[in-house]
Amino acid sequence: MSTTIVASSSVPTREQPSALAIGPLAWMRVNLFNSWISSAVTLLLLYFGVKWIISFVDWAFLHAVWSVPETAPGKLDPTACRDAKGFGACWAVIGDKYRFILFGRYPFDEQWRAAICIVLFIGLYVVSAMRRFWRAELVLIWIGVLTAIGVLMWGGVFGLLYVPQDEWGGLPITLIIATFGLALSFPLAIFVALGRRSTELPAVKLLCVVYVELIRGVPLIAWLFMASAMFPLFMPVGFNPDKLLRVQVAVVLFAGAYLAEIVRAGLQTLPKGQYEAADALGLSYWHKTLFIILPQALRLVIPPLVNTFIGFFKDTSLVLIVGIFDLLTAGKVALAEPIWQGYSTEVYVVLAAIYFVFCWSMARYSRGLETEFNKSRRR
Amino acid sequence: MSESNTEAAIVLDKVNKWYGAMHVLRDVSMTVKQKEKVVVCGPSGSGKSTMIRCINRLEVHQEGRIVVDGTELTDDLRALDTIRREVGMVFQSFNLFPHLTILENCTLAPIWVRKMPKDEAESLAMDFLRRVKIPEQAKKYPGQLSGGQQQRVAIARALCMKPKIMLFDEPTSALDPEMIKEVLDTMIGLAEDGMTMVCVTHEMGFARQVADRVVFMDQGEIVESGKPSEMFENPQTDRLKLFLSQILRGH
Repeated sequence: MSTTIVASSSVPTREQPSALAIGPLAWMRVNLFNSWISSAVTLLLLYFGVKWIISFVDWAFLHAVWSVPETAPGKLDPTACRDAKGFGACWAVIGDKYRFILFGRYPFDEQWRAAICIVLFIGLYVVSAMRRFWRAELVLIWIGVLTAIGVLMWGGVFGLLYVPQDEWGGLPITLIIATFGLALSFPLAIFVALGRRSTELPAVKLLCVVYVELIRGVPLIAWLFMASAMFPLFMPVGFNPDKLLRVQVAVVLFAGAYLAEIVRAGLQTLPKGQYEAADALGLSYWHKTLFIILPQALRLVIPPLVNTFIGFFKDTSLVLIVGIFDLLTAGKVALAEPIWQGYSTEVYVVLAAIYFVFCWSMARYSRGLETEFNKSRRR
Repeated sequence: MSESNTEAAIVLDKVNKWYGAMHVLRDVSMTVKQKEKVVVCGPSGSGKSTMIRCINRLEVHQEGRIVVDGTELTDDLRALDTIRREVGMVFQSFNLFPHLTILENCTLAPIWVRKMPKDEAESLAMDFLRRVKIPEQAKKYPGQLSGGQQQRVAIARALCMKPKIMLFDEPTSALDPEMIKEVLDTMIGLAEDGMTMVCVTHEMGFARQVADRVVFMDQGEIVESGKPSEMFENPQTDRLKLFLSQILRGH
């Protein structure tokens, strides 16, 4: 019954047949034009896409009004914009209002300070993103830069004019809330996630569960209202921490609850063997957590973490409802000026572009980080 | 049992353990002397892995006493730290740390638990990696190594803590057949150097070659124990006879 098969000679290796070759043309044939119906859909979408791009370029560049003449000092004549309405963008509104959009009601002559703060924030992000700066000294850099930003924004020392917090606004506010919010909520989230998985400290575990469920169960807007309106009612008379600080705390606590659940997911995904191997080597709880568990758990959850980071960066715009003047609010208020009413599209396109640059950088960076980490754990 | 002047390395005295209603260890009593090599075998679900994992408290026993190297296992964390420092363990699924290089896998515990200077820990790790014959892989990550190599690294990692006792929990069960020998050879070398070893395995050739004693477990209890030659050639109980016939049929 059974036959023994013996190969008389080994099969030689050969080139892949050219029909399977990959190239842009072959790819298009396979993916875009493999039947008449898919060819038709491809061409139709191409037509609409190109048409949309052409009309956008038309509106944004070819027929756009870049500036309007000044009739008297401080008085602009928007006739050109009004004439172009409907087919050409009026970028003059940005030219006139960009400083208000970026810095809000921050005193005009002191806005260079807010501008330096924006540069400092971006510099801080860039430095923190580079792996060769991932050392203990980075914490000192953060403390130093954030202190410098505080000094610049408030002033009152080194001959700088004092600017109270309720005059701050625009992009610095957005960056302050987002940076402090995420930088403080992330460590908080790690502790809460570890606490929630603790088996030996039931009280800590209960506390962490209550914290997460309570914060998640109420909308962010409600927490912001509570922080700005209700919180002072419970405080002793005369003790009234500034509004930005209260809102900042609300954002930290809220982001912390969401991030904690993501970190917990990472902790749960890690095979039990990793915990056991660390235990068997005699590593203490904190050494095990710091060197074995967290590095692996956090790498596993980079995509959802960055997703939440991006979400919270944009959610900082919700502070407008408690009267804090962030980037989006500043843009909205800029439009209230009578001569610029009706040019909201231009302003919102610019605001969207600013948000997009920050969010897209985060997304790009996280993708790079994932590839880099995966290199070391090729399977 | 004859009390010699050397203290017993491991003593299990009427150890009992339950998972919920399931009684997984029943009155398990066993003594392992210094430098003794014990092979534990038995069908799956017999409690052999649970028993060996109780020795360094990866599992907690509920009744009875376990004394390791003169220290009794209790809820006292200090005692547990002492024991885990002196007892090395090798797992079926290697459990190397995938985000650390081979060298870092080996030096982590000596540096942080034994407080050894980094240079010293690294040269010690290289010594052990040479002993398991893979010093050239020191800078690689576990995912880049074959199963047999990973398990040898796991052995080296445990040895870097300079343990007095080594526990092996089915170290060759997850390996491809052609890699089993390289791991067993490493373990035989270790046994020849006089390490106290408790090894859960089905490798009867290994048991014959190095074990001073074979312990046969079934349904959570120790059924038979004795010298490997006597156990294999002259099994006393039906359960051991059945087990031996089952595992030998496969060979």
